Amino acid sequence: MSLVKLLLLMSLALVMRAGAAVEIQRPRGVPLSKRQFYEEEKPFTCLDGSRTIPFDRVNDDYCDCKDGSDEPGTAACPNGSFHCTNAGFRPAFIPSSRINDGICDCCDTTDEYNSGATCQNTCRELGRKERESLQKMAEVTREGFMLKQQLIHEAKKGQEEKQVKLTEFQSTKKGLEEKVEALRTVKEIAEEPEKEAKERHLKAWEEQKELIRMEKDKARMAEAFLELDDDADGYVSVAELQSHPELDPDSDGSLTETETQGLLGGADKVDTTAFESVWSSIKGKYLLESQSDPPAPVETPQEEARDLGSDHDSDHYPEDYAGEDEDEEEDEEDDDPEEEEDKAPPTVRTPEKKEDDEMSMPPSFVTIHIFFINIFFSLCYTAVPVSLEKEIGFDFGPSAEFAYLYSQCYELSTSEYVYRLCPFNRVSQKPKFGGSETNLGLWGQWAGPEDNIYAVMKYDHGTGCWQGPNRSTTVKLTCGKETVVTSTSEPSRCEYLMEFTTPAVCQEPPSLEEALHGHTEL
Amino acid sequence: MAAFIVRMGPVLMLWLAVCVSGSWAVDRGNFKTCDQSTFCKRQRALKPGQSPYRALLETLELTNTKLTLQLINDNNKVRLLLELYRLQGNMTRVKINELKPLKPRFEVPDVLINDPPTEPLSLLSQDENGMVLSLGADSQRLIVSAKPFRLDIMEGREVLLSLNSRGLLAFEHLRIRFLMCCVLSPSGPTSISLDFSLPGVEHVYGIPEHADTLKLKTTDGGEPYRLYNLDVFQYELFNPMALYGAIPVMLSHSPQRTMGLFWLNAAETWVDISSNTAGKTVFGQMLDYVQGSSETPQTDVRWISESGIIDVFIMLGPTPTDVFAQYASLTGTQAFPPLAALAYHQCRWNYNDQEDVAAVDQGFDQHDIPYDFIWLDIEHADGKRYFTWDPHKFPQPKEMLQGLEDKRRKMVAIVDPHIKVDNSYKIHSEIRSRGFYIKNKDGGDYEGWCWPGNSGYPDFTNPEMRAWWASMFAYDQYEGSRENLYTWNDMNEPSVFNGPEVTMHKDAVHGNWEHRDLHNIYGLYVQMATAEGLIQRSGGVERPFVLTRAFFAGSQRYGAVWTGDNAAEWDHLKITIPMCLSLGLVGVSFCGADVGGFFKSPSPELLVRWYQTGAYQPFFRAHAHLDTPRREPWLFGPENTALIREAVRQRYALLPYWYQLFYHAHRTGQPVMRYSLWVEYPQDTATFSMDDQFLLGENLLVHPVTEEGARGVTAYLPGNGEVWFDVHTFQKHNGGQNLYIPVTMSSIPVFQRGGSIIPRKVRVRRSSSCMEHDPYTLYVALSPKRFAQGELYIDDGHTFSYEKQKEFIYRRLAFANNTLSSRNLAPGSQFTTLSWIEKIVILGASKPSKVTLKMPDGKESQLEFDFDASMSVLTLRKPGVNAGVDWTVVLQ
Repeated sequence: MSLVKLLLLMSLALVMRAGAAVEIQRPRGVPLSKRQFYEEEKPFTCLDGSRTIPFDRVNDDYCDCKDGSDEPGTAACPNGSFHCTNAGFRPAFIPSSRINDGICDCCDTTDEYNSGATCQNTCRELGRKERESLQKMAEVTREGFMLKQQLIHEAKKGQEEKQVKLTEFQSTKKGLEEKVEALRTVKEIAEEPEKEAKERHLKAWEEQKELIRMEKDKARMAEAFLELDDDADGYVSVAELQSHPELDPDSDGSLTETETQGLLGGADKVDTTAFESVWSSIKGKYLLESQSDPPAPVETPQEEARDLGSDHDSDHYPEDYAGEDEDEEEDEEDDDPEEEEDKAPPTVRTPEKKEDDEMSMPPSFVTIHIFFINIFFSLCYTAVPVSLEKEIGFDFGPSAEFAYLYSQCYELSTSEYVYRLCPFNRVSQKPKFGGSETNLGLWGQWAGPEDNIYAVMKYDHGTGCWQGPNRSTTVKLTCGKETVVTSTSEPSRCEYLMEFTTPAVCQEPPSLEEALHGHTEL
Repeated sequence: MAAFIVRMGPVLMLWLAVCVSGSWAVDRGNFKTCDQSTFCKRQRALKPGQSPYRALLETLELTNTKLTLQLINDNNKVRLLLELYRLQGNMTRVKINELKPLKPRFEVPDVLINDPPTEPLSLLSQDENGMVLSLGADSQRLIVSAKPFRLDIMEGREVLLSLNSRGLLAFEHLRIRFLMCCVLSPSGPTSISLDFSLPGVEHVYGIPEHADTLKLKTTDGGEPYRLYNLDVFQYELFNPMALYGAIPVMLSHSPQRTMGLFWLNAAETWVDISSNTAGKTVFGQMLDYVQGSSETPQTDVRWISESGIIDVFIMLGPTPTDVFAQYASLTGTQAFPPLAALAYHQCRWNYNDQEDVAAVDQGFDQHDIPYDFIWLDIEHADGKRYFTWDPHKFPQPKEMLQGLEDKRRKMVAIVDPHIKVDNSYKIHSEIRSRGFYIKNKDGGDYEGWCWPGNSGYPDFTNPEMRAWWASMFAYDQYEGSRENLYTWNDMNEPSVFNGPEVTMHKDAVHGNWEHRDLHNIYGLYVQMATAEGLIQRSGGVERPFVLTRAFFAGSQRYGAVWTGDNAAEWDHLKITIPMCLSLGLVGVSFCGADVGGFFKSPSPELLVRWYQTGAYQPFFRAHAHLDTPRREPWLFGPENTALIREAVRQRYALLPYWYQLFYHAHRTGQPVMRYSLWVEYPQDTATFSMDDQFLLGENLLVHPVTEEGARGVTAYLPGNGEVWFDVHTFQKHNGGQNLYIPVTMSSIPVFQRGGSIIPRKVRVRRSSSCMEHDPYTLYVALSPKRFAQGELYIDDGHTFSYEKQKEFIYRRLAFANNTLSSRNLAPGSQFTTLSWIEKIVILGASKPSKVTLKMPDGKESQLEFDFDASMSVLTLRKPGVNAGVDWTVVLQ
């Protein structure tokens, strides 16, 4: 009956501090921090104050205190907890039900003092491993955090530019809208008895027309700038302009660097203001990319994004899309600039031609209508930055550190499937050996715990399951130098789990010293 | 496991094609009604009336062991042979077969544990109308009437039971030619039928498995209860449709007497039940003076089987305990499971891979919830080739099992009886080359669709096949297996996705017999062979644990059963009680239902209530369909996690009591989930139809909360003059009353009977093995006469040593005259335990002035105690005596 005879077993904790070894006696299972409550030769008061018992009933393998505090070193109390010092590793509390249950829980073996279990002291080994992994982790975190700073910086810049562009477009749009208003007035007036109208309005009309032409030109210029500025750095550079061979001044079929530089007034690159003068020299020849044939190459990731989007959002932008229903636009998930441009040209080009032909003619109902249509489509152009607006609307993290993931896609290949994560867009799964792609969820929201909401992304409303819910994916983000999908699984039917590393979630690392010693009570 | 799954596209299509005639919206259309089962329709068309059978009294032969007598059908002159046996233990066996069948008719082997010992019959009187025989000493008489033939069993002046009193004895005798175009049996129709009348009986029970009330309903104007093992997809509640298992045993009960009828026939069987007024006139003159008013209640029962012979065991009771003992003497008792099997089981179709298993295991530790077994469903095997492991998901099964062993936990992996037809699969090629597969009617191997696709079905009725199957569980045969791996037999009805009613064609061939003859016993054989395999692999040392879905009379000897593919609905929770009670009445104590419901997804409230109910039912396993969201206990927020933890912990604390109940069931055949209450309170008619509460053993009454949004339950506390103690609050309540109990989400209304002593281990650890040496707390609930008694059974928890070497502790604990003592009940046994008595809690006590512990060697010591006057609870602190020794505690 060895358990019965267990008396007060005192544990000797070897405490190493500043090179000195100190022995601190306390009842088995009591942490240092609570040592003062267990004073030998004094009656023990349960830590909840519920009763006081003779000290020999502490750790006598019978539960006297409701809170379990009299049996820190035995399994007698259902709610007790046992403290392992785990010298060399990190101390821990285990439920007292794990004392002497034949399973080694504490690396210092102190939980199995009377079960016959043969436990090895593994604290030193664990400590070493932990230090190694902490070190590794710290390295990753440090480098990851540096990368994150860079991401934040870039994101900030990108965002500002986008904001500027957006503002510009918005003002252009506003201007155009005003024109529409003006035109409407004109139209209304024009609709008065024609004879009187003709005379009276001819002049005003000419002025108006010029004004409109200028505005349109401005809009076209802004658009051209945006197109040309491939890297969105707010400047049109020589290289960017070179992608437009139609601007070739000597029409020899090649637009050389020197020629281009000439077009830019000798500069390597120009900003929006400087571009005004460039524009006046090139606008005669310049073909909007959206009108050029073949269309200018588009960045791969964006193309991917569009491909992915195409199977479920083919009904975006109905043909009669008028740019007036802004609320609806903003509700759309997958605004796609290219798509819009693709659609726009034929309808835009036609009226423009007519406009040129009829410019000198006095306005008639027809022309007014045509102008009206023109303005109308100019307004359509202002829909281009809706995607910008949208992008700016995403929650890319407190410092927009996740912005770089936008319109990117990351893949992971398993034995059966290729999984693809396109952050802020969708998750999908495609069988490796034939078969169609399955939508595992569309971007829903950040879904981490309250204190760390950016640790988890949730994608939902994927393809439905038989007798089950729509597929959904939880993406867990961990700190890493690379941006990669590291694993996928389906823990529950049609509920996928994806692990994803990115520098964007790396936290500022504590100093290595802190990491190593902060957790270890030696 | 479901009968049906979307992933099996081709199989599904095939199956759908087969079932195209039925309505698909409800499963009902896929399964036969009596009208659609030709023999049932023919038999049922026969109405009560004058029987064409006549006893040829001149053919009487009476020996020491039996009486034989020929019967003749006056319509077709076919003769039958009646054999009558008086069996020891107050039973009568009636066998009727064709006198000279064209070929032998099937008699079910392997169900009876031995040739039942007989007692001599004696002829008391005889004339041209019949004869009277004495049935032993209990003034019981058997009256044989010659024309029409009928049998009556009487005790004193009371008719206990009559056979063929309604003239429904029918025997479709074997013929030379085909008589009907559509009956495929080479010998034409072979069905049999017999009626039984039970005067004075209003309540009949048993004949599982049906998702229905405990008390059987009359079937007049409706469908008979059907016994035909079937894989039913999303079964309906409260109807007599056949389910996965069949135990052709019916119990009748009245305040005066309990009896049983065991219809030993493994073919498709239908049972009609009607009540009262029918059939009392045939033998009327002779018995008129005996019977009271014509208002005497009476239940009439009629059994119809497709083939085989009539072989009926009439168990004459008279008490419920007697009937259980009688049935156990015929078919054996509940297998004594390893202790761990009574703990909590965590299952899901499917734990995806080794990492998943490790994570779930870790989850239980993180949330401090104990469990003993984690289960793997069909996806663990390599392409549903049982005895193998998926090389990607479970590449290192031994390491996985070792990991569980390190936590003193175990695993169950499924092994189904359908074998993938694949020449590179060892199990298949061996079975094929040994000729062990069931054959089709043309002599080739029978093949059907099941999980792996095209599958063969081993002929488990062949003893050589069973021996070979058992040998496949040897550690060197079953790769990746270890001592802590156990087995689950599913789909053993057998399920055949493209077969008629999702099972095997009746003309499939097992040696000399057609599948139709033995369909209902196939599943029993699968579990029998598997359990034998688990015993053999340990050299006969370790007790097996095998779960089965299909079962038959006798299946209790091989392990546990569960109620199949239920659903996450409140009614399915409620039906678990009558379903397991019904099984308990006919020998199968180790019964449980999928906690949480297999199909669909339970609300957290339903899940919690189901855990609370399941914690007090014998087989306690959570299970879920592949397509349901995960539902491990910690996935529903901390509050629900805590509620589930508490329910599971209550189970673990009570394991000593559970173990003792199973030991008792194993020894005596008494049910564990005892009973519908009438078993303990046979006179209390209020308990006769109770489906919402039950007793565990004699001493714990459980009334789980099974209503959504319940704010209270009304429990019936039986026993006038008795008292019951709430096990959580220790509050005392009087018996013989309906007690309203307000409930919250944490409530599990459980009461301990005054007069009982229940041992618990209140130090709940992460698995039952971890609790092996822990001390006991004794809960002594005093009766109004300040008396209590109980038992304590201890052994090693997992081997046959208790049986072979008598290594166990079995003690009587008794409280009387203010003295509590522990005395040895099994002097021939020996076992030592490290467990000791930690605490004694006496409910309904008064305050003593001192408490003395006395040991046999004369040593005495004072025990400290606490007395709670408000609840009259006396707690004795730390007696500290070893649980295996004699001791006495005296209150003064």
